[in-house]
Amino acid sequence: MSWITARRRHPAAGYAIVAFVLVLIGVGYAVVTSGSATAAAPAAANSAQIAEGHSLFEENCSSCHGIFAQGSAEAPSLIGVGGAAVDFQVSTGRMPAAELGAEQPRKPVKFTPSQIAALAAFIQDLGGGPPIPTAAQVNPNAGNYGLGQQLFVADCAACHNFVGAGGALTYGKYAPSLTEATPTQIYEAMLTGPEAMPVFNDLTVTPQEKRDIIAYVTQVRTQPNPGGFSLGRVGPVTEGLVAFLGLLLFMVLAAMWITAKHGKAHE
Amino acid sequence: MSVDRALEGVGGWLDDRFHGARGFRVFMRKIFPDHWSFLLGEIILYSFVILLLTGTFLTLWFQPSMTEVTYHGSYTPLDGVRMSQAYASTLHISFDVRGGLLIRQIHHWAADLFMAAIFAHMIRIFFTASYRKPREVNWLIGIILLTLGLIEGLFGYSLPDDLLSGAGLRILEGVTQSIPIVGTYLAFFLFGGAFPGNQIIPRLYILHVLVIPGLLLALVTAHLFIMFHQKHTQMPAKGHTNENVVGQPMYPYFMAKTGAFFFFTFAVLALAATFAQVNPIWLYGPYNPVAMSAGSQPDFYMGALEGSLRIMPAWQWVFFGHTFAFNVFVPALLPLGLVFGLAALWPFLEQWITGDRREHHINDRPRNAPTRTAIGIAVITFWGVLWAEGANDVIADHFDVPLYTITWIARIGIFVGPAIAYIVTKRICLGLQRKDNHLLEHGVETGIIRQMPGGEFIEETRPVDEEALAVLTARHNFPPALPPGDTAAGEVPPTGMRGTVGKVRQRLYRVVTESLPLPGPNGHGNGHGNGHAIEGEDGHERAALGPGEATGHGATGTGSTHGDTGDEHS
Amino acid sequence: MSNTNSPGSDPEFTGSSSGSAAQGESGDTAWQEYLTGGEHGAGVSGTGVSGADVSGGSVSGASASGDVEPEIPGTPRRVIGTPPPAVARTMLPASGHDGPQPPARELPAGPEDPVHAKRAERVVAACFLLSMLAGFGFLVAYSLIGVGTIEKVHHSNLALGLCLSLMMLLLAVGATIWVRHLMPNVELTEQRHPLASDRQDREAFKETFTEGAEASQFVKRPLVRRSLIAATVPLAIAPLFLLRDLGPLPGTSLDYTVWRKGLRLLIYGTNRPITPAEFSSPGSIISVVPEGYQDDFDALAKAAVVIIKFRPGQLQFTSENHAVPNKVVQNWTVDNIVAYSKICTHVGCPAALYEQTTHYILCPCHQSTFLATEGARVIFGPATRPLPQLPMGVDAQGYLIATGDFQEPVGPSFWERS
Repeated sequence: MSWITARRRHPAAGYAIVAFVLVLIGVGYAVVTSGSATAAAPAAANSAQIAEGHSLFEENCSSCHGIFAQGSAEAPSLIGVGGAAVDFQVSTGRMPAAELGAEQPRKPVKFTPSQIAALAAFIQDLGGGPPIPTAAQVNPNAGNYGLGQQLFVADCAACHNFVGAGGALTYGKYAPSLTEATPTQIYEAMLTGPEAMPVFNDLTVTPQEKRDIIAYVTQVRTQPNPGGFSLGRVGPVTEGLVAFLGLLLFMVLAAMWITAKHGKAHE
Repeated sequence: MSVDRALEGVGGWLDDRFHGARGFRVFMRKIFPDHWSFLLGEIILYSFVILLLTGTFLTLWFQPSMTEVTYHGSYTPLDGVRMSQAYASTLHISFDVRGGLLIRQIHHWAADLFMAAIFAHMIRIFFTASYRKPREVNWLIGIILLTLGLIEGLFGYSLPDDLLSGAGLRILEGVTQSIPIVGTYLAFFLFGGAFPGNQIIPRLYILHVLVIPGLLLALVTAHLFIMFHQKHTQMPAKGHTNENVVGQPMYPYFMAKTGAFFFFTFAVLALAATFAQVNPIWLYGPYNPVAMSAGSQPDFYMGALEGSLRIMPAWQWVFFGHTFAFNVFVPALLPLGLVFGLAALWPFLEQWITGDRREHHINDRPRNAPTRTAIGIAVITFWGVLWAEGANDVIADHFDVPLYTITWIARIGIFVGPAIAYIVTKRICLGLQRKDNHLLEHGVETGIIRQMPGGEFIEETRPVDEEALAVLTARHNFPPALPPGDTAAGEVPPTGMRGTVGKVRQRLYRVVTESLPLPGPNGHGNGHGNGHAIEGEDGHERAALGPGEATGHGATGTGSTHGDTGDEHS
Repeated sequence: MSNTNSPGSDPEFTGSSSGSAAQGESGDTAWQEYLTGGEHGAGVSGTGVSGADVSGGSVSGASASGDVEPEIPGTPRRVIGTPPPAVARTMLPASGHDGPQPPARELPAGPEDPVHAKRAERVVAACFLLSMLAGFGFLVAYSLIGVGTIEKVHHSNLALGLCLSLMMLLLAVGATIWVRHLMPNVELTEQRHPLASDRQDREAFKETFTEGAEASQFVKRPLVRRSLIAATVPLAIAPLFLLRDLGPLPGTSLDYTVWRKGLRLLIYGTNRPITPAEFSSPGSIISVVPEGYQDDFDALAKAAVVIIKFRPGQLQFTSENHAVPNKVVQNWTVDNIVAYSKICTHVGCPAALYEQTTHYILCPCHQSTFLATEGARVIFGPATRPLPQLPMGVDAQGYLIATGDFQEPVGPSFWERS
């Protein structure tokens, strides 16, 4: 009798079998699906994915972007925008748009990562354009913070503020805060220039330089504030408010206490 | 007794040489009135002391040089970056000197508190009219101190040569350059050539650590000495007269209180430096003229100047080959020049208008000078609109208001706001005076209801107590017009009252002294309220001031007119 | 008070309180009686005192001799900021130069309520002892907590700051409780003296001054006086002359930048040259600097440039070879790429904010806005002049170069700019 057969009536035998099969399924699933993560290589799109993307597009996007993605009065054409643009807009939740305003805000994501990949594959196949960058392309650890900082303050901070806390544009538009953007989304935003943001293609700002900028943005936002609370990292405006409403007010209260007259008992 | 022996010993030794016994005794028993708003000046003084102490600490490490170096210090994110020595030494203080960041932050917060307290103190002095004779010179010294403080702060936060303050220096250069005739020369002399050059930081440094603190120290000393010599003002209260000072003596009371206040100031600044990060220059990065950040503002006390630059429409005039850049030098010079100029002239202007050249040691209650208070609030509104405009992009971003809309609101609000503020404040002051008059006439409600024989219910009132009485009656009663009120034909008016100037002065007099007089002596104020409220059923709240109604009742001391109708209270 | 309307006289200092408006007048209103009655005849404005004699003898003499019972301290009904009624006391001897008088005791030896004071004493002592501990804590934290990384600096700042704050705060609180609860509550009065010197002193001053002026011959000898004044004129002006070498004269330097024909446009930060084929995505913008001046801040403060790529048809061209208002000079563009000075024409900040959809170049300093498709003309904000356009071309290798300097001065306006 084999070792397993001898233990077929062991009290834990049933549990062991279930656990084993679960692990098998889990590992197998992970292996099988590992190729279709959000940072998928651009070449992996297959026709099933494109078809899924097409049907998702028809249900959720064509009402504004047109049945052939040709655009309409409300929404631009998506022909040629590339998978990167789709991935950016949909993975940040900006698309599908809830209402037409000055700008589309980041909001809860509606689709799963595989659905987003499908949509991106569809648009990429439809008209070409910049593809979704790979994980290696966007790796912040491969970037230089110092150079990234230099590039950021010259080309990005005028809209996004020196640490990416965001800033105002005209007519109700704004450059959003970069605290939640993933490295991939930062790369894609630079590459595709969403809404009012300009385009920084890979020949103007090379992938390495984009990594430098990503390194800066992702590291500065998690950097601790050694001096205390950051007050929003917007500069002297909040500092002035603290000086008046905090420091001066405290001193006035202290002055009132010192000069108050007291009776025989504590009052 | 060891105190005796010490006094004989050390005290005697000193007195033998300096003859100090009587003078020091006077000093020890000098009386300081107690009111919390009198301590605002101390906030400034102690912030200044802390600035000097922490600033000296910083000078031991700071290098005021614009020579470029490659950074290899403890703040590793910027390792290998080119920056000026000034910036690098500031990083060194923040990250390589124990307590360096703390002291740096205390220094910056102290500067902010210094300026905030100057504004608060100046506003207090204005609204309680403490600037009147004999304190006009002290008021002027105060305005100079405010100006020096602004400049000192600007130079101070520019020293680290970071991106934010460097942008500020660029704006300073652009503004200087725009001044007609001499602008480009001034700019080149200031910066030692084209912007940025390599002279500006060392020059600002010596101004910031030596010249301006020296001036500040000298003027603060003069300011305090004058206050000491003239004795402090006091609030109107029972027992307070124009000839006395009521309060607690310097030794030991005031010394202890002011010592406690110093520690409070230090404590609040240390707390701020521990928990609130200020001027994180490592996040701004070193200055370079190609870079810029959204939400770039100077420190808050320069906010009104920044707002002036933003609010100004594009207005310039090119005339015979020369540019009058009104869009730049008008906002740079006009709003601040107006406000500071008006402030400096105000004590003398008010004296000229009201003809009041008495010594004043009792403060005014703001409500008792409605026009002055209204003007003060209008100026604060003006300043506040500019201030808010200076932060317009931060406001736009955080409150979701379109950017240009804020500027348009400010452009209109800069005129409409002060006007509305003036009107509203004046009505509020007159209303408060009416309330005071009501209290004086009708007494304080006791909550006791009594039924009269005829069935009517009344609430009993009691007359106000003595302390409240002293405060409520502390009101000037200016005569209805400057002498002579009404020149009879053929009489020659005095010099100050002649011609158009005299007419203007007379008219200004009526406006500036507009105030409700105290209730008259005729049957009002015995606590039962006989229905003659001063509230203008006839709308004659300020009836006392028209020439037609001045019937010489100035002698009653109330300025009220009890002319034709006994009911008309003014 | 100021109720006299005598012509030509200004209201004069009469020595009575400004608050006692109707004092001394008909006292038939109840509130007026308070002013003339009350337990402290001395406490209110000098009843019946008129004229300028305010040396303080009459009012306070009564209380100094102990006739008037001092008010019991600690009477309730306190209002913050307004002290209770006081007993007047003299500070200085009435005439100022009498022989020394034994000072009457003015400060009680201790507080009124010993039990309360004992409690307060313990609180104060606790505050001071805790402060001492915090102070030692500061020294210990300084010695033990190093700096050198962001984390360590954070901890050091927190520890040192907390100890320092506590130390100061506890000293402050302890001192305040000491004054308020341990020291007996007193209220003293000091008499003011008119600030104006009396007539004799003024006359004596005038005499001494004029004597001296006469003796000095300053008034009588105009030649000496005027020549002295003449001598001080250069003395006063000389320091201004010493400031001349603070900087060079501007000359015409503000009219030009370092751009000239053939200089390549390098991308700022990476210092790479760029070709139109690379900078080909419509809606792109990047900051560029002149080759050879990448690290020269003085040059960059005027020579920083942005290039923007447009779609065909978006730019409003002119075929002229010089700047035309509201137009983009076509000869100076390459492939719908246009180069503008980055230096805002308001006060010189780099105008780096660009909206791809509206084609606005917005300067974040004061919100001057320039429309890039129409020669960067000003459409909002305080700037008065458009951003100058840099003439561009390509060199033999295909890289973007300048074909000359700007045709007008860049940056903020100045007087000599026509």
